[in-house]
Amino acid sequence: MSTDSGLHVPGYVRDHDTHPPLDYPGYKSTALRHPKRPLTLLPHMLTEITSPVLGQDRLGAHDHDLTRQHDDEPQGQRIIVHGQVRDSDGRPVPHTLVEIWQANAAGRYLHTSDNWPAPLDPNFTGVGRVITDAGGRYRFVTVRPGAYPWKNHRNAWRPAHIHFSLFGRAFTQRLVTQMYFPDDPLFFQDPMWQSVPDEKARERMLARFDHDTTEPEWALAYRWDIVLRGHEQTPFESEEEVLEDDE
Amino acid sequence: MSTHPTTPAQTVGPYLHIGLPWPDGPFAVAEGTPGAVWLRGTVHDGAGAIVTDALVETWQADPEGRFDHPDDPRGARSLPGFRGFGRCPTDASGSYGILTLKPGPVPGPTGDQAPHVDISVFARGMLHRVVTRLYFPEEEAANAADPVLGSIADPAARATLVARREEDGYRLDIRLQGENETVFFDI
Repeated sequence: MSTDSGLHVPGYVRDHDTHPPLDYPGYKSTALRHPKRPLTLLPHMLTEITSPVLGQDRLGAHDHDLTRQHDDEPQGQRIIVHGQVRDSDGRPVPHTLVEIWQANAAGRYLHTSDNWPAPLDPNFTGVGRVITDAGGRYRFVTVRPGAYPWKNHRNAWRPAHIHFSLFGRAFTQRLVTQMYFPDDPLFFQDPMWQSVPDEKARERMLARFDHDTTEPEWALAYRWDIVLRGHEQTPFESEEEVLEDDE
Repeated sequence: MSTHPTTPAQTVGPYLHIGLPWPDGPFAVAEGTPGAVWLRGTVHDGAGAIVTDALVETWQADPEGRFDHPDDPRGARSLPGFRGFGRCPTDASGSYGILTLKPGPVPGPTGDQAPHVDISVFARGMLHRVVTRLYFPEEEAANAADPVLGSIADPAARATLVARREEDGYRLDIRLQGENETVFFDI
């Protein structure tokens, strides 16, 4: 595959079917912010299969525990949010930065543009960072975010969610997404949720209640696994092996 | 064929500023680094208005075209003080700025690629990132031979990826839609 001066590297799968379209009229702000020209195919070369190697030096002492970033504890339901980051080949993605941000328990963000009449919490910033362990696992302690209104359509409310940002090990794997909670009654009117065309794909944004991880007299728990794009070539690896790797 | 379906993207929303910017985000190298250049630009929407709530990220090789990454078949090579990655939210004037070193040429499957910087743009109103590249105006010969630029037939479209030289660096404005819309990539 390589010429005298050439360097061929394995690329990543293209997973367009999973993602929402950039032009989605139900979410009004997309109208002037989506390209109208067709996208140009970018072959995966060295710049695309690499990405920054970010270490523990990016983390502060309490970045993994959003309930311990102030003198007192925030209001709200304390929850553990944890899971595994894998690629679509089933391989864990170890040592990768996971960044989250969220509203407080009342549905208010600590942001100058968020002015709806819900209280701020002096003990909650709503920002967390961790690096996945050798098995691709991450774990945060936080409070369950509230729903909040926005102006996309009349009486619009965002379902409770936590924003997630992931790097993976390649530029192609970069992903910003949102984690939702099971049985939220607001999905039916939420264009963000509905922008994902495939219903099964929407469900991959849902955490599940995880009783085994709850801590008695302390915290409820949710598990959310995140799957980033894997390589184009399938490794010779059985589904069983992948599942065994899980716990 | 992959066995596990991937997790969908969602927008960064209007409150990305609480979670994503880093104090050192714009500095892929520290201020005062010899040879450092600013990559600057303004992000515009389809009406030509500035976009003040976007986040621009850059990823690139070092001045010798190397990456500090295990998947580079030539071996990982770190250049102390150089992160290769920049992250900057757009400000009240819709502008971003990343201080970095100009990358060297990077090998591709059919020969060298011209020096380039991969760029991701995230914003409220964008359900997924868009990806583009920045190329350097003084690299005329390398740009002419670059496989990615060469795959864009329309010279005006190609030109949207070539930065303009400025006093202390380069400028690449990003137009998300409309006249002179930036070329974005299917990545």
